[in-house]
Amino acid sequence: MLSNFKHSAPKGATTNKMQSFWKSGNAFIWLTGVAAVIGLLMIGGLIVLILRNGLGIFWPDRIEELTLKDGSKVLGEIWNREEIPQAAQPTSRVRMKIGNRDFYGLDFRWINEADIEARRYPDSVFVLERQAWGNFFGYAIALSQSGQTIAKGSRQIAAALPKHLAQAGRLLKQINHLEKKVIGDINYDIEQHRLAIKGLNLRTHDLDRSSQIQEIEMAIAALQDEYNRHEDHLEHLREQGNTYQLTIQTVDGQTKTISLLEIVRAFQPNQMSWRDRAGLYLSRTWEFLTSEPREANMEGGVFPAIFGTVMMVLLMSLAVVPFGVLTAIYMREYAKQGPLVRAVRIAVNNLAGVPSIVFGIFGLGFFIYTIGGTIDKLFYPEALPAPTYGTGGILWASLTLALLTVPVVIVTTEEGLAAVPRAMREASLALGATKFETIWRVLLPTASPAILTGLILAMARAAGEVAPLMITGVVKLAPSLPLDGHFPYLHLERKFMHLGFHIYDVGFQSPNVEASLPMVYATTLLLIVIVLTLNLSAILLRNQLRRRFSAGQL
Amino acid sequence: MTTEAAMTISPKNRKPEVMRITEWSGNHHPENLQALQDKITETNTSTAIAIRALNFYYGTARALVDISLDIPKNEITAFIGPSGCGKSTLLRCINRLNDLIEGARVEGRIEVQGQDIYSPSVDVINLRKNIGMVFQKSNPFPKSIYENVAYGPRIAGVRKRTELNEIVERSLRSAALWDEVKDRLNASALGLSGGQQQRLCIARAIAVQPQIILMDEPCSALDPIATAKIEELMLELKKNYTIVIVTHNMQQAARVSEYTAFLWLGKLIEYDHTNKIFTNPAKKLTEDYITGRFG
Repeated sequence: MLSNFKHSAPKGATTNKMQSFWKSGNAFIWLTGVAAVIGLLMIGGLIVLILRNGLGIFWPDRIEELTLKDGSKVLGEIWNREEIPQAAQPTSRVRMKIGNRDFYGLDFRWINEADIEARRYPDSVFVLERQAWGNFFGYAIALSQSGQTIAKGSRQIAAALPKHLAQAGRLLKQINHLEKKVIGDINYDIEQHRLAIKGLNLRTHDLDRSSQIQEIEMAIAALQDEYNRHEDHLEHLREQGNTYQLTIQTVDGQTKTISLLEIVRAFQPNQMSWRDRAGLYLSRTWEFLTSEPREANMEGGVFPAIFGTVMMVLLMSLAVVPFGVLTAIYMREYAKQGPLVRAVRIAVNNLAGVPSIVFGIFGLGFFIYTIGGTIDKLFYPEALPAPTYGTGGILWASLTLALLTVPVVIVTTEEGLAAVPRAMREASLALGATKFETIWRVLLPTASPAILTGLILAMARAAGEVAPLMITGVVKLAPSLPLDGHFPYLHLERKFMHLGFHIYDVGFQSPNVEASLPMVYATTLLLIVIVLTLNLSAILLRNQLRRRFSAGQL
Repeated sequence: MTTEAAMTISPKNRKPEVMRITEWSGNHHPENLQALQDKITETNTSTAIAIRALNFYYGTARALVDISLDIPKNEITAFIGPSGCGKSTLLRCINRLNDLIEGARVEGRIEVQGQDIYSPSVDVINLRKNIGMVFQKSNPFPKSIYENVAYGPRIAGVRKRTELNEIVERSLRSAALWDEVKDRLNASALGLSGGQQQRLCIARAIAVQPQIILMDEPCSALDPIATAKIEELMLELKKNYTIVIVTHNMQQAARVSEYTAFLWLGKLIEYDHTNKIFTNPAKKLTEDYITGRFG
């Protein structure tokens, strides 16, 4: 019976089987499956690659000492190993991170395995993470206090170092506090006073301005005194920190004496237990997340970039939601549906396809030069020709991104409004509600999940955008965060750092691209995690709203 | 196209009173106009809605043709007729919900308590506050039960919580829903059963204390038990409200309504006491429809 059905094609057709194979769609099912699998594999591969490279970099590896056949020694971390192609004998080479940029100038060295005489993991090897010159791999010779040696040999030093390093760390914290916070505040105040004088000179014509100016100048002088006092204190602290010195020696015998203030962290990886390693891993990760970058962004943390990214996305959301929702309400509810509205709708959809750099140029021309320039002329004439708002800043970058993402919000909101059943509008109107009340009290709450969907898409796009930011306010290193303790606390005109730009900067613009590659991976991982977190929170909020406002029958 | 004269119902013990007649729009022959005037002269104060020579157009399509009828106060009046005959359109003309349809146009006159609701001076929002409506498919807002009922009063400007509580309780009691939902007023209205949702919609409609309630096939999506409850409720409500109901279900019209209007292809064929329509209709068309020969 069944076979009758299977071969129902007319008899005598030679391509019978082939035809029925194509008609059955089996090949098509395979094709669709393969397409989906390839996509999944690529996404999975990307995630695995980033996770592997991004998570591994803070793990302290063991340090290996190689003795080469020519008698010289090399100390460092083995990074990777590759076959030498087309070699007479099958052999390979290893890439070592040798660090000690101040001695060698290079971070990495390739060594042929054939040249290696012996390999070992010396217990006494020290790794020093330093404020400058990158990591040091080598041996500690002596620890001295004001020229007096207080510890000798790696064992004694290893015992004495943590206490003194902690002390140096406390001093460093004080120094940083003085430099960044106290002296920074004084500089800020002095600058404000200077601007006040300039403003007075600009605006007032009467004679008593001289007395006012004198008053301000006295305030500046007082601040200057305070500044000098803190400067002295700073000098004193530095001297105190520099009394402790560590003499270090590389594997090839070069020595150097450095102040403990220069050392961020010191450890002996070949002696460490798993627990110590895990502790070090966590402390390095914490440093990455919470501290500021050093060494041209190649080391240290990325906190200002995290802060800038999140703040920019939030500012963008604040701008894009009202703007997009209001536009969508007008287009869907108030405007007469006709060719004009259709044309506007097509234009809005096409706007989403405009290259983002074009939006960046628009932001530069419109927001920064036109609006920012006008604000400067009207409200900050005393600072001119140095621009206040007339230059890139977090506000302009956020607004540019809001423009870039507003089509998404408009489209999803319009769809959300259109999906509200007609019966719901009529119910509200039949109760004597005006159109405005109906929109405000029934349509918007019911469409709120759709609005949030738009916001999620907008945030996902905005958080990953770098090109338009580069001309509207992102910088490699921002001196201060856009949010701080100075009135008015929120400084929207300030330039900011951004993780996406950080990746570009560290990966392509840093003095040592190869050495900073791990940083690129870690930052990439972080950016993805942040985008996911922002999206996830918006999705959770949307699901909650959906449960409350699900228009369907239960 | 013949003009149907207004068919006026004269309730018992009426006190004949002269009703003021002003000019109407519409294309009437003088003799028909005279007949209409005579009929209306007999109208007493118990007329809630007076429809006069009403024409309705969707664009160029004429959906209602010269409809004239008087709907008495505190009674249930049913509109019956086959699908597409214009009964829902007629109902929606009464609270001007058809205004929302693009290209819709009305000719003629509808008077609610003596006032022409299509005159430019009428405030549509106020009108709709006076005329509640219950729809074919229950359409509670995606809000809590409490907020659904409180929606109308809030719109009308009631702010005090105690007052709102009182209105919500009174309305839910009137809609015979209070006992079922009093413990979960803050639960979503969408969690109620179909019949409960429809009664909630009735509670929502009467929360603004209208004079008239329009019901557009309120039971078409409900099972017989829920339908019986709603019908019982309607009979209870008619003490205080004038109810106009559109229904497909002729048994329902026979059970609940005092007066029945039969519409066919946008025309009012017959309007009389429900008893008369169902037992001894004047028109052949009505009889054919009632007995199920078409429709």
